[in-house]
Amino acid sequence: MASNKKYWQSVEELKENSSIVETLRNNEFVEEIPTDEFLGDKEALSSSSTSRRDFLKYVGFSTAAASLAACEGPVIKSIPYVVQPEEIIPGVADYYATTMADGFDFANILIKAREGRPIKVENNYLEGSKIKPNARVYASVLSLYDSMRLKQPVIAGKPASWEEVDNRVKAGLGQAAAAGGQIVLLTNTMASPSTDKLIAEFGAKYPNFRHVVYDAVSATGALDAYQAVYGERALADYDFKDADVIVSVGADFLSDWQGGGCDTGYAQGRIPKNGKMSKHIQFEANMSLTGANADRRVPMTVAQQKHALVYLYNVITGSSVNAPKIEGKAGEEVVKAAQQLKAAGSRGVLVSGLDDVNAQLLVIAINNALQSQAFRPGVARYIRKGDAKAVMQLVNDMKAGRVHTLIMSGVNPVYTLANSADFAEGLKKVKLSVAFSMKEDETSSVSTIAAAAPHYLESWGDVSIAKGYYSITQPTIRPLFNTRQLQDSLLVWMGSPAGYYDYLKASSANFFTGKTWNQLVHDGVTVTETLPAATANGADYSGAASRLAAAKPQQLELILYTKVGMGDGQQANNPWLQEFPDPVTRVSWDNYVTVSKADADKWGLKNYNVANGGLNGSYVTIEAGGKKLEKVPVIIHPGQAKGTIGLAFGYGRKEGMKDEMKVGVNAYALYNNFSDVQAAKITKESGDHEFACVQLQKTLMGRGDIVKETTLEIFNTKDAADWNVVPVVSLDHKEVPAVTVDLWESFDRTVGHHFNLSIDLNACTGCGACVIACHAENNVPVVGKSEVRRSRDMHWLRIDRYYSSEDTFAGDVKVKQSASGLMDSIDKFDGLEDPADNPQVVFQPIFCQHCNHAPCETVCPVAATSHGRQGQNHMAYNRCVGTRYCANNCPYKVRRFNWFLYNKNEEFDYHMNDDLGRMVLNPDVNVRSRGVMEKCTLCIQMTQSTILKAKREGRPVRKDEFYTACSEACGSGALVFGDVNNPEDTVTQLKESDRMYHLLEHIGTKPNVFFHVKVRNV
Amino acid sequence: MKKVGNHSSFSRILLFFLVLSLSFSVASFGQQAAAPAATTDPAAGAAGAAGTGAAPAGAGDAAKGKELFNTLCAACHKLDAKATGPALRGVADRRDRQWLYKWIRNSSEMIKSGDPDAVKLFAENNNAVMTAFPQLTDADIDNIMAYTSQPKEAAAPAPGSDKVGAGAVAAESGVSNNIILGALVLVLGVLIVMLYLVNRTLKRVVSANNIEEVQKEPSLPLWKAYAKNQFLVLVTVILLMLSGAYFIYGYLMQIGVDQGYEPVQPIHFSHKIHAGDNGIDCKYCHSSARVSKHSGIPSLNICMNCHKNIAEFQGDKDSTYVEYSKEFYTAEIQKLYDAVGWDKTAQKYTGKQKPVKWVRIHNLPDFVYFNHAQHVSVAGVECQTCHGPVETFEIMKQHSSLTMGWCINCHRETDVKVEGNDYYKKIHDELAKKYGVQKLTAANMGGTECGKCHY
Repeated sequence: MASNKKYWQSVEELKENSSIVETLRNNEFVEEIPTDEFLGDKEALSSSSTSRRDFLKYVGFSTAAASLAACEGPVIKSIPYVVQPEEIIPGVADYYATTMADGFDFANILIKAREGRPIKVENNYLEGSKIKPNARVYASVLSLYDSMRLKQPVIAGKPASWEEVDNRVKAGLGQAAAAGGQIVLLTNTMASPSTDKLIAEFGAKYPNFRHVVYDAVSATGALDAYQAVYGERALADYDFKDADVIVSVGADFLSDWQGGGCDTGYAQGRIPKNGKMSKHIQFEANMSLTGANADRRVPMTVAQQKHALVYLYNVITGSSVNAPKIEGKAGEEVVKAAQQLKAAGSRGVLVSGLDDVNAQLLVIAINNALQSQAFRPGVARYIRKGDAKAVMQLVNDMKAGRVHTLIMSGVNPVYTLANSADFAEGLKKVKLSVAFSMKEDETSSVSTIAAAAPHYLESWGDVSIAKGYYSITQPTIRPLFNTRQLQDSLLVWMGSPAGYYDYLKASSANFFTGKTWNQLVHDGVTVTETLPAATANGADYSGAASRLAAAKPQQLELILYTKVGMGDGQQANNPWLQEFPDPVTRVSWDNYVTVSKADADKWGLKNYNVANGGLNGSYVTIEAGGKKLEKVPVIIHPGQAKGTIGLAFGYGRKEGMKDEMKVGVNAYALYNNFSDVQAAKITKESGDHEFACVQLQKTLMGRGDIVKETTLEIFNTKDAADWNVVPVVSLDHKEVPAVTVDLWESFDRTVGHHFNLSIDLNACTGCGACVIACHAENNVPVVGKSEVRRSRDMHWLRIDRYYSSEDTFAGDVKVKQSASGLMDSIDKFDGLEDPADNPQVVFQPIFCQHCNHAPCETVCPVAATSHGRQGQNHMAYNRCVGTRYCANNCPYKVRRFNWFLYNKNEEFDYHMNDDLGRMVLNPDVNVRSRGVMEKCTLCIQMTQSTILKAKREGRPVRKDEFYTACSEACGSGALVFGDVNNPEDTVTQLKESDRMYHLLEHIGTKPNVFFHVKVRNV
Repeated sequence: MKKVGNHSSFSRILLFFLVLSLSFSVASFGQQAAAPAATTDPAAGAAGAAGTGAAPAGAGDAAKGKELFNTLCAACHKLDAKATGPALRGVADRRDRQWLYKWIRNSSEMIKSGDPDAVKLFAENNNAVMTAFPQLTDADIDNIMAYTSQPKEAAAPAPGSDKVGAGAVAAESGVSNNIILGALVLVLGVLIVMLYLVNRTLKRVVSANNIEEVQKEPSLPLWKAYAKNQFLVLVTVILLMLSGAYFIYGYLMQIGVDQGYEPVQPIHFSHKIHAGDNGIDCKYCHSSARVSKHSGIPSLNICMNCHKNIAEFQGDKDSTYVEYSKEFYTAEIQKLYDAVGWDKTAQKYTGKQKPVKWVRIHNLPDFVYFNHAQHVSVAGVECQTCHGPVETFEIMKQHSSLTMGWCINCHRETDVKVEGNDYYKKIHDELAKKYGVQKLTAANMGGTECGKCHY
């Protein structure tokens, strides 16, 4: 039956005789169009001197003029120095050794500077270099060119000069001293001996002076434990290359645990040598980077981890502290781990990431009982010093109005404190607050004085990362803005005529020997002592153990962690880091709560893919300690322990940020009492969140030939043909190795260089330093969240992460092979798409494989991609017309298409859109334009410059002299680049290894990039 | 971006036609202007000659003095301007000759001894110690004095005649041609008149004899006949299209090719004077060409290495510098001083710097990587191979086309310089065996692969 439906445009129409409806019906435009004003004045119209004819004349003339002018090329100006500095030659890079220390990341690095601008961070390989750079350190050079930086000091919201600041502060300090108010210096961990000395001298002038060290992400538990045993506020150092059995209880030591820097030693022990490699057992709640690398990973709640630690303590030290038994399979694993650790003796090591003084005391006790070689308490690490109690005391003092002057440097408590409201309230009662900050961030914007601080690449400084190691921070560029560092300011306020440079130079003599100052600045690092030993005082270990054993399980544990890309959030305005996909979840531009599959099902939380390839997820509200975080997106995370959820710090910043970068939620709001474990409650919310996830395919579907892996046992006992199967094809009805069948005529590559890149899947931890290094070297554009969601990310180098669907990848292969018949296959393959609850994980760095028989080359209609004799697959951007045939024909999916112009484009307001951000661009590499395909070039600009250097010096290229940005950045030695025509090069030996295989060897592309079979020690 | 009219463009073509048409109208004027210019030159020459002749007899030989002056004194002294030391013209009149002998042989001793004149002079010149010349005999010094006592030479020719207008160039071919032409026109006129007269006479004869004129049959006009012949039309159209395509292709291919680009620079820098006449090596100024991808536009401190002492242009005016006057060049040097902040009179840097914004001539697109060091240091290619005879360029211009074809061509033809470079030794031996040749071109070494220049 036909019905006569009436459609309402608005509620208004329901009312009878509504005036609005009437008006709208009669008038097309709500407001009157002023046509009369325009046409009504007849006189003006007729007297107007511009006739239609004139108008056409002007149009014609300007068109002709424009087209004439368009035929002329632009004039390019070239402005040389008036007086050229001796050390700068335009076109030749200078290198400076320096040290990054921002309170969270510490690393000894080299800075590559071109024409006076730092453009890239590199490794400093000299002896004394303690911590290798990670992804954030590589990206820090872009933070220097942050257009949102504070450009001059600001007093009460108004730009000011440093003299005004000095007058104000000197007066304030005087008043504070007179009135007896407290003067507090609140800094991050600086680990700078000269600054400590300076602060002590500054403090000596004021009786009410106090220095409080505040780490945004606290390591108080470990610091307190070390202090209790060794009498110094520091952390123990670990070198995992000296360990055969590594047991980690919740320690994410391959990323930021206790300052990081452990992956180099770890990777050395992971490469099977003489049939031996280290065994790594991980007990943890969140699936961390470290857990993903472990041979055996056991998901556990934090309470269970504490109990496991007590059990391990009992077994290793022979004590018998009562602790609840861990039920089920996890319990068995703990027993096994304890046995293996005990058996390993001094070749074993135990680490824990539980920020609990009792747990950390047990770690010291266990390692001392083992006499572990990897545990080096003598090498005290100074890169975490924060004192949570002192910070809380300070907040109370501020609220009570006892603090008169507060000087802050390198901290952002209004953002990073859980009780930031209390801090902000207290800050109002402080008479004078000075915040040294690079940005107008949450704290500096509410302080009396926002003192513009320089970036570390513009500053002097010294850093003692660990006892026995001393390194220098030196400026690599003249300060971009009117900034002044804390130390210089303190000296001015003390009335000292000398600057910090002189102070540093004079006082550094106390901290190192054996080198001149110039030598030290040149090297950047020095070793002052050889392996100092530490004497352990006794501590109440069994008491600690029983306190730990009393830990009660929670309904739901929220575990706060730091992401590899964002760390503590200082560099949140860095587009490289925002676009950097998390190694494990592969999500960029977000933080999210990680939930196990079982819990997600229980709470009705979903992750699903939409038609354009994007990932969507539910929202939840998290409550912890009486605080709420609303609209937190959910990622269902395989391997997350049931009854736990994870959330990363560093996101949700709002001040001093570009709009695009204001993503995520602020997890610090739930960081109550500096405890990274919180009892939480979770409730589902309506709506779906749109993620920018770069990898939707989670599993390998049993395709064991993509990531080949085997166990140490099989590796040691069986023939390579068994565990590194060479693919075969049928030729004349006989099976022959796939590589022998060839359609093509091969190049002769016996002469000259032939570049190969080796990737050892055993050494690769998936840390992603190479991804950022590649960005920096090759001017890879940032495309933003919505483009990444559309799978248009531009990363030349990606690190694929695969989960196993069964407990192991070997299990996947078995399931695949067992499938028979159509229905069974469909069922089994469906099942293989889902990762297991606690899957095995592999990381596989993928970039252009530089196939000798490249499928992309044959399909290019304009021959824009072609092959070089040195093995590189060339890409001539100027020739490319953007058909994208090559990307479609690439079996490795490594080609990237420029869908838009990513530089000087308001739509992509990242670093390439402002003059300052463009200073980071590498002048040796082209910036690609819209409509052009691009991909990894094996850093041909670097190989060419190495060759040119050799030619100019009239010598053959030395052993291992060639490197690429990624192989240079790889601290774990997984990526090795070289010339296989040079028998001395490391890569030549690696190519001969029986672990070597090529990706998708059976399709006959003959790549110049090869992998090494992953061996697991299970 | 700002545009400049020096690239190939319609506007330049238009300008050319304008100049061409104007040149006819001003030809006669140009002729008149050229005449006085021609007469001043010999006059100036004569004045110069008279100047040398009129040197006071003094006691020395001015020619020998000049030689000595140039070798010993010119580093710090000029005749007419203050340099490190004072201007020396007429110094013999200002100072006692004996005092001068003493001063030149050992000035510092005189200052130490407290000679008031010496102390004053020393203070006036920023306490710059003068090198002692004990080797000079009295006669030598007399010779120098003779040279310095020569009167200043006559001023340069009148500025009006510096530049000879474009029109004048067209008219320069001389008067005799015009006379011949005139005569020819006259002859032609006479011939036409004669023909007309003959024709009239013949017609008159015809009418007088009553002979009927033979009327021609009306024939098709040529264009109609052509239009009717379809074959011809087709051939013409094809020819027109082909030639049109040829010219359009030719036009399109030279878009973005700025061969001959010769922009006006903020300072008129003459490579001819520096690299040509003075023989300064290219890489003295463009030193980074040896080590860097850029040849480098020299920083101004490099200029000041020499120009600290060369404050004015001193070329021979009767040689090749007819285009620009001495004052013109001196003014350009002054521009350098302004930029670098050099006070010529006080002989001091003022610290007020003003970087020079040169117009870049050789512009490679961003997607091309070119490295000078590879070509200059490793391959040993002469600068002139690509940049042309720069030492003869008064104004620098782009000599080569800088197209990819031009690069590739050279890579195909040029042999790699392998001698004495151990890098090439092994590669060369193997490649030579492979190709069966002793010499290898850059292309043999992979020098024509895309990725070697495009990344």
